[in-house]
This record gives sequence, C-alpha cells and structure tokens, in this order.
Amino acid sequence: MKEFGYQRVLDVSEAVSVLGADPDARFLGGGTNLVDLMKTGVERPGRLVDVRELPLDHVEVTPDGGLRIGATVTNSDLAAHPEVRRRYPALAQAVLAGASGQLRNMATVGGNLLQRTRCGYFTDVAGPCNKRLPGSGCPAIEGEHHNHAILGASAHCVATHPSDMGVALAAFDAVVRYETTDGPGELPLADFYLPVGDTPHLETALPSGALITGITLPPAPVAAHSRYRKVRERASYAFAIGSIAAALDVRDGTVHEVRLALGAVASRPWRALTAERALTGGPATAEAFAAAADAELAAAEALPHNGYKVPLMRNLVVALLTELTEEAAR
Amino acid sequence: MTTTTGATTTTGAFGTARTRVEGREKVTGAARYAGDIPLPDLAHGWMVLSTVARGRISAVETEPVLAMPGVLAVIHHENAPRVNLDYMGMIGKPDPILGVFQNDRVPFMGWPVALVLAERPEQAREAAEALVVRYDQEPHDIAFTSGHPDAYTPADSPFGPAVATKGDVEAELAASTFVVDSEYTTPEEHHNPMEPHAATAHWDGGRLEVFDSNQGSTMVAAELAQIFSLDAESVRVRSEHVGGGFGSKTTRPHQVAAAMAATILQRPVRVVMTRRQMFSTIGYRSPTVQRVRLGADESGRLRALDHRSECVTSTVHEFIERSATVGRVMYDADAHYTSDRVVRLDVPTPTFMRAPGEAPGSFALECAMDELAEKSGIDPVELRVRNEPDRGPVSGLPFSSRNLVACYEEGARRFGWADRDPRPGVRREGRWLLGTGMAAASFHSGAGPSTAAVTAEADGTFTVRINAADIGTGARTAINLVAADGLAVDPERVRVVMADSDLGPAMLAGGSMGTRSWAWAVAIAVSELRERLALGGDIPPEGITARSDTTEAIGALANKERHSFGAQFAEVAVDVTSGEVRVRRMLGIFAAGRIVNPLTARNQLVGGMIWGISMALHEEAVRDRASGGLVAPDLAGYHFAANADVPLVEADWVDDPDPDDPVGIKGVGEVGIVGAAAAIANAVWHATGVRHRNLPIRPDRVLSAGTNVPEPGHAG
Amino acid sequence: MAPSTSSVITLTINGEKHTLPVDHRTTLLDALREQLDLTGTKKGCDQGQCGACTVLLDGRRAVSCLQLAVAAEGREVTTIEGVAEGDELHPVQQAFLDLDGYQCGYCTPGQICSALAVLEEHAAGWPSAATADVRPEAGPPPLSPDEIRERMSGNLCRCGAYVSIVQAVARAAEARTAGTEEALA
Repeated sequence: MKEFGYQRVLDVSEAVSVLGADPDARFLGGGTNLVDLMKTGVERPGRLVDVRELPLDHVEVTPDGGLRIGATVTNSDLAAHPEVRRRYPALAQAVLAGASGQLRNMATVGGNLLQRTRCGYFTDVAGPCNKRLPGSGCPAIEGEHHNHAILGASAHCVATHPSDMGVALAAFDAVVRYETTDGPGELPLADFYLPVGDTPHLETALPSGALITGITLPPAPVAAHSRYRKVRERASYAFAIGSIAAALDVRDGTVHEVRLALGAVASRPWRALTAERALTGGPATAEAFAAAADAELAAAEALPHNGYKVPLMRNLVVALLTELTEEAAR
Repeated sequence: MTTTTGATTTTGAFGTARTRVEGREKVTGAARYAGDIPLPDLAHGWMVLSTVARGRISAVETEPVLAMPGVLAVIHHENAPRVNLDYMGMIGKPDPILGVFQNDRVPFMGWPVALVLAERPEQAREAAEALVVRYDQEPHDIAFTSGHPDAYTPADSPFGPAVATKGDVEAELAASTFVVDSEYTTPEEHHNPMEPHAATAHWDGGRLEVFDSNQGSTMVAAELAQIFSLDAESVRVRSEHVGGGFGSKTTRPHQVAAAMAATILQRPVRVVMTRRQMFSTIGYRSPTVQRVRLGADESGRLRALDHRSECVTSTVHEFIERSATVGRVMYDADAHYTSDRVVRLDVPTPTFMRAPGEAPGSFALECAMDELAEKSGIDPVELRVRNEPDRGPVSGLPFSSRNLVACYEEGARRFGWADRDPRPGVRREGRWLLGTGMAAASFHSGAGPSTAAVTAEADGTFTVRINAADIGTGARTAINLVAADGLAVDPERVRVVMADSDLGPAMLAGGSMGTRSWAWAVAIAVSELRERLALGGDIPPEGITARSDTTEAIGALANKERHSFGAQFAEVAVDVTSGEVRVRRMLGIFAAGRIVNPLTARNQLVGGMIWGISMALHEEAVRDRASGGLVAPDLAGYHFAANADVPLVEADWVDDPDPDDPVGIKGVGEVGIVGAAAAIANAVWHATGVRHRNLPIRPDRVLSAGTNVPEPGHAG
Repeated sequence: MAPSTSSVITLTINGEKHTLPVDHRTTLLDALREQLDLTGTKKGCDQGQCGACTVLLDGRRAVSCLQLAVAAEGREVTTIEGVAEGDELHPVQQAFLDLDGYQCGYCTPGQICSALAVLEEHAAGWPSAATADVRPEAGPPPLSPDEIRERMSGNLCRCGAYVSIVQAVARAAEARTAGTEEALA
C-alpha cells in the first residue's frame, strides 16, 4: 500500500470539489472493499476523501410511498430499518445475506454499489486481468471460472458483480442519485452499470468525479410481497454463486405484477425483464415460471465450468415465485 | 530412573472436566502470541514471494526500494548468508524452502525470494510490493491427474511402507460375489490456522532467541541451530500461546528469515506471514486420486481390499500423503493391496495436515464400504462389524485395544440408526432431500521421547516443567491434571511451565502424540518425586525436583497395533433446487484411550468432526494451470465452515482401557476428522441416490449430478 | 502539492484518550497492536475475511483490519481489553471460559467482541439472514441457536469450536435476559 493523503469532508460540495481537484483521489466510505483492494495493490490512490460523515445517513419515506436512502447509510441500518423491511423486504434480506455483521456495520450503500468483482484473477496483481489492467487478457475464461458470468459477459471479461443489495435494488427500479461539481444528477440502476464489451475496466456510467449521494426507490406495492434467496458455497459469510430477488402480485391465479432480478450471473445485478414480460398477465404456475426463466436464460452463454448456473437460476426462479404464490394464497 | 507409571494413581483430577488454565488470559486478550511480543527497537520483515512457477531469478532491483522511507535492508539470494540444510530433524530431512534466499532457483509460485526489512510494517509492506524481481521463466507443470506418467512409488519410510500386500488381490476379487471399484478424489487443502505464522527473533547475550508460533520448540530450536550452524544451547525458542497449527507450524521460512535478519541487522526482527503468503510457504495437504476395489463374499466378508492412492509433491522435496494406509488397520480381508504413489510437480511441498493420510484415505475407503453395503444389501454398520479384524490385518500384530464395535453400537443407539430406511432418495421435506450416513475412523496412537521436571516447592505448590506446546488442544490443562492426579493434590496447586526449548527436549504437538508423550514424562517424574517426598523431611528453599526421560520406556513398549478408533454418524439435507448440502446433525463415538479432560477432549473431537464438514463440503484450493499459482488464496476464496454451517455436533467416547499401556492416553487430535467426510458423503448418497466421489461436494456438483429419486408409487 | 501522508490523531479506546501519530496507511488494527500495545485484537487475515480483529466502534462491531486508524478519529473504540470490569469477567467472557468456547484462543477476542454486539443487535430487534420473516410486523426473532450461528458467522474459528461458542452466546443471552427481568421486577 503506497502512502496517501487523507481528508475528511463534511459536506457534499466540498467532497466533489476536493475529488475533482485530484485525479489520484478516491472517496472512502466504509472502506470494506477499497481498503482491502489497497492492501492487495489493486487500488493505489494518492488521496482518500473520507465521505463517511457526510449528512447522507438517512432513510426517508417519500410522499408517494417510495424510499430515499442516503449514500452513507450503513448496510446494517438499511437492513434494520422498519420501512425497508415493511415496503421492500427482499432488500432487507439481500443486505442481510451479504458479508458479516461486522462488515455490514461498516459498509455503506454507495460503496456497496461500487464494489469491485471478487474474481480471483482481478485481485492477483501479479497476473493478467482486463478489468484491472486493460488489454492484459482474461485468464478466467481458460482457467477457474465456475463462479463467473453466464449473462452479458464478453470475450474480455466474465467477472460477476458481487453485490446482494444491488440485486434487490435492480428489481425495484432504483435510481442512483449523485453529485458532481456541475450539480446533481440521476441514473436509473438499469443504466448505472456499463455493458462489459471490450472495456471491462469501465464499470459505471457515473460521470468522472461524481459522488453517489443516495438511492431513490420508487413506490412499488408489489415489493411488499418480495423475497431474496442466495445460494453460496457455505451457509454464511460467502459471496453468491447465484441469487434472486423476486416480488409477485398474484390475483385470481394470474400474475398481475412481477419483479425479478438475478445475482452472481453477470457483471451487474441482472434485471430479468424478459421473464417478467413473459409472466405478466399469465398464469401463476410452476410451468409458467419455468418457461419464463427459460426465456430469460435463453441468452445465457456458459463456459465449461459454470453451466450449472442455468439450471440453478431456473430452479431459483421457479422455487421463489412458487413460494410467493403460495404465500399470497394464504 | 524408573519406568513405572504414576498415572494409575487417580485422585479424580484425571478424567474430570476442567476449564483451561490459561482460559482467563484467552478471554481477556492478555494471552500473547508470537506476533504480540513487544521488543524495543523492533524491525519488521516482509517476505517477497516468486510470481512465476518455475525459473531462475535474473535480477532483484533493490536500489529503488532501499531508498524508500524506513527501509533498512533487502535480503535475497545474492546477499544472504549461507545456511546449512544437511541435517535430520525431528520430522525428517528439511524441506529446502527452509534454505531461504540461497540460490536463484524458483521451483514453484510463491517461493520466498526476498525479505524486506523496515522500521514499520506499513513501510516494509509497501517496499516488498514495490520490489521488482525479474525472472527467466521456464515452462511449468502443475497438472495433477490420475495415472500421471511421472508418478512413482516412493521408498519405504519410518511412517510405513509405500506398498503393503497380503495374498492375491486379483484372484480374490475374481472370486468375490460383490465387487466395488470406484475412484475418489480429494483436492488440495490448506491448514489455515487462525494465527498466521509469526516469529520475533533477536540476539540476547550471545544467544539467538525466537518468540515463535510453533507446534514444538524442541524441533524448531534444534533446526535453527543446524541451519545457522550454532551450538544447540545457543538457540532458545518459545511459543507460550499458539493460534492453531494442524501440522503447519513446524520449522518454516519465517523463523529462518527472522533469525537471518536479526543477525544481519543486529536488532530484533519480526516476520509475520500474510494470509495469502501462507498458501505457498507452510505446506498443505496434497490432492489425491484414489482407486478402491473391494471384493466380498455373500455374507459381506471381505475377500479383497485394494486401495491405490496417488498424491503430489514438489520438485525439491518428497512428502507423501499416505492415504492408502488406513485399510491396513481397518478391515480384515483375505488379500490386501495398498499403495501410495507420488508425482513431482512445480508446486509447493505438501506436509502433515490434520490426520495426514487417514483423512483423505478414510474418505475413499469408507465411501467404498458404503458402496459395498449398498451392493450387498447389508447394513453399513453390520458390514463393518463383520469385517472387524482380531489382529492387524496386514501386520498380524495384536491391537493394544480396539473397541470399535462398542463405538458402532453406542453410536447407532444414540443416533437412532436402527430406524433407518436403507433406501436412498425417499425422504423429502419441502425442497430438501434427507439422508443419513456413517463411517469408521482410526488414527495411529504413538509417543515421542520427552523429558520433564517436577518440583515440590517449599510453599507447598508444585511446578511442572516440560517443553510442551498448547496449540489449542488443552495440553497445558491436561498436563496440569496429570500432575495433580499423580501428586494427589488440587490442580490449583500445580503450575505448568512449558513451550520453551530451554526446558529440555520433548515431543511436538503432532500426530495426536503430544499429550500422550508429555503425560508419560510428567507421570514418571511425578512418581519419582512422590517417592522422594515419601522419605519425609523439609523441602529446601529451592524445592525438590525429580526429572524424567521417556526415551527408554518408549523404546521398551511392546510392538502392537496402537490406534484410536471411532464411528461417525451424519444426517444431511440436500436442497434439490440449489444443490446446497447442509449437515443437520453429527455424532461421533470414539475409543481413544483414557480421556484426561472431558471438556477439552470433547471440544477437540468435535473440532475434528467440523473439519470433516469443511472437508466434505467446502475446502478446495484451485490451482491455475496457466500461472501455476492458486486462484484467490485467501479466506474468501478458500472456504472452511463458518458457524452457520455447523449444527449440533456431538462427540462422546466408550471405555478404552489398555492394561499394558503405562499412560493409557491415545490422543484425540486427529481421529475426529477421520471418516467424517465419508459419513457426510454417504449421507448425501442416502439423501439423493447419487454418489459423490469428488470432494468437496459443492452445490454445482450436486446440481449437475442430479438425483436418483424413485418415482412416486415405486418408492414403496 | 503532495498531501501529507500522516496525521496526529486522538482515539478513544476503552474510555481512555490516546493521541498518536499515524501513517495514513495504518489500520486501526495495526495502531492498536503496534503503537498502543493492545495486542488482544488479533490479525487473522488482514482482509476482512475472518473476523479475528473485531472491535466495537461506537458500540457496533467492526473489523479493525479494514478500518483506517485516521478515519476512526473521534470514534469510541472498545477492544477485548476493555470488556471486563476490572477483575470481573463480562458474562460473555465467563461463558466462553466455562463452556470452552475456544481452543487455540486466537479468534476468541474477536468472537467475544462480536458476541457482545450480537446481544445488542438482537435486543434492538435487528433481523438476520436466519430470520424467516424480516417484516417489522413479524416481531423480533427469538435468539435461537440458528440465529446465533448466522449472526456469529463473521467470526471464523479454524479449531472448530463453533458448538461451544453458540452455547456460550446462548448462555450470555440468557444471563442478560434474566438480568433485564430482574431489573424490571
């Protein structure tokens, strides 16, 4: 870890102006990902701008019944918040499924969206990785990739995004709010992460120097009937090999509204719009759920060792939607 | 000196549950481990490891690094003092990795190539990361596959012959009614004690002193003396508290590097390995490919037991994972063929890891026994009972004691085995398929020569001095109890001084032999002390001290098959939608000699069983063929069980007396893991109807293998 | 101009103020261990992957290996050295000792700090990944063994002392509940 300057900022405009003045600077939130990456040598900032004490640590119900979540709200506070648990239970579950109690106390909402992939080649600075060192190659494609992407990847990178929280946010049409020296801006989560293409090192559409100030969740009554499920290689304290956030409104056996997002399958939380379209207005049956999952996963491109994710995600879609259907019937 | 035992006198201390004598220090943070010892003027060393898997170092560009703030020196192959590796240590010839910075050869990824020394750890770390080392890279081969053309049969060793045979296996197989022929694999596994290897070295009054984290200071001190060509008395190694070892905390590059640096700088130096560095410098368990063939007659009696295992070692040192040896103890058969072969690859040298040999070997053999039970329609417990030997199946030697059948009976009773429906794939609870499985366990019980001194102090207390190591086993407490028992005094009156090479030679904490070895020496010294105290008279201010040395007594022990045994039972649930396996409960019943301290012994046995859960479901280091290194060598990439993976795991024991054994302790450190992974794998088969012969049983493997569940209506 | 790469900071640790110079790279863990001789907090992985370095920051558990010391200025730090009241062990410590909730002891300070926070988090009604229904209407989950297992999963124990760790946390939770009831009575 090389030496760096440190500055704590107390208001947003100061934060963006300090960062804007130093191209070698990075924002420091909880540090749970950035400090780790600095230790492994992946990140080598010259200055850290500590934004943890910015007044962005509130969760508020918007007049229309949505939520405004500040960027420095910790993962723990987000998951424990009664309005999050009441209105978007899958979001609370997703956050609780991530990391550990200690890390959730430190990690912030803004930082969670910006966390980097956990691909083992990305964190090994001695070897190649297109995301870390553009043009150096992707050893995962020929190497260890059993937990890599099946959707939206490219020949340049097959890494997945590790966030659980982001999967639920994707299902609920979250909008990311940010601030730059030019003023505030917004990005729907759907547009927040860039396609991988041949530029896997470019991960988000945030303007240069932008600070995430928060997330807006539009009102979504369907989200009150939502659930998150995570599959991993040990029962806790591990990243997903597949996860799903689902919300379902069934009326008289027909899907009135459905939200589906998949995790650990792509370079971003994967909103399953194809499946949602296939389901809406149709019967809430296991057969329909499976057909919708197949429609979504038709675009999947598996590598030799991650093909299991196709049946895994299919099973998760069917299982979770079936559970939600049964719950609605009770 | 006397070779009678003091341990047969019981006052109740031996066998009663006692909390750890150092417990208060451990729960308050007062216990200091090797990296916690403050020394004035301490410098910090950071190791630099090779980033290629094979080749030669062509340049170490030290100049820019030496100019960095706080950097004191860079030690590498061009400036390091020469060391001596021509010796025989307590556990054999030294692994050449101990010869740090001696030449330009790089035999594997992660080989130590330099040590950067700086005033503060942050400076050392940055300088180590900035140090440019150039290599002439050579093509490497790290691919371990079944039937590798370079595999060879190693020479016989003190741990046993590489190949053991009895009768004609092929003929017996041909004549068998039931035959199992299966291949099993286990992956590369890493010890990962919670405390990284750390050593703080300094010269004090002409002696090299090292505060270290190790499993035996006698071993480490003797090796450091050899390596640096010093008199044995010139080296002192202490390891008061050790944060786990599991076979990895022997003499390792960090002690050598720290001692070398302290000599060069003439000031104290601490070298702490990073978690990532531990994945290539402290040894690991070799992956194995094992083929097991079992042949049985109509009644399930084994006619043939054939177990052939292959493992890897490095190009610089030979270590054999003796997986095939377990059958030589476990089952009678008319014919036996067991062999361990090895292939040299461009990988680090493996080493002893909790139940070396037995852990992977029992996975293969005990799964094969379950397959035989399935084929023959004989209950897995009954099948094993039918194949109980009355003498060593290959050696022909008598067992010192073998109470395995009692373990089966007690385990089956408590687990509810009698109610088990043997059919696979017929128990479902929502998305979960349920199953139960069992397996047998054994681990060699031995002892190593040790010396001890016990002093009756003038104030009426007693002091035991022995160079034992407590790596979490509860050894300090066990020694206290053994001494208190022999002295017939309250354990509170006994003080144990240990983990210091100046106390005289003693066995290391390894091979489940530590407590047995130390208790033996302490019991003899106690017995001698009591005889002297019985003569009466006042105790002088310096106290009265009796000493012991068990070398002769151990040498005089009759040649027998001496082992701990156990029966493992597991219930699992398998999620058919995700392939996740969860262990719901586990029970292990062991015959492990006399139990000194039920509280800590139970904890150790349960800990071993939890290692079995990790081995069955989680642990696997993945080596990248292109780079030759590991992918994600850290605790997020290398999983072992977290708390949520572990249900109520219970361990208990049956009486296992051996009237001929002067100590009667067998050791409980390793037998707990043996068979545990097999019991879980067998339960996964019982749940799903599909055999998983490759560890770990990951969700993707379970999902891809599917289930073999009878159609409704055919399930009966 | 290159920024300064070190600062003089004041940390409040176990109720006591400490002023010390820190390299900005220094983590709270290293500041405790190397500069303040508070070595009870252990370094197991230095990457937030094991929990051995768990301390309480403003009463909440955190891994001190990923917390830069300079960024902890102004916050209240509680380490294992600050848990007991003089010679009297905290009930969580006593339960770990009595029930043998450890073996080698290296992860123990982190386990105990984590357990202290688990009791607080549970008392505050926080759900966990083991909680079947996280909606506030469902009420707080009882601190079952499965809840304890999940909540303690950020603290790895390689010795495999999990069974007695869970028992120790359960016993401390009972003691706490009994204590609360006594206080209310």
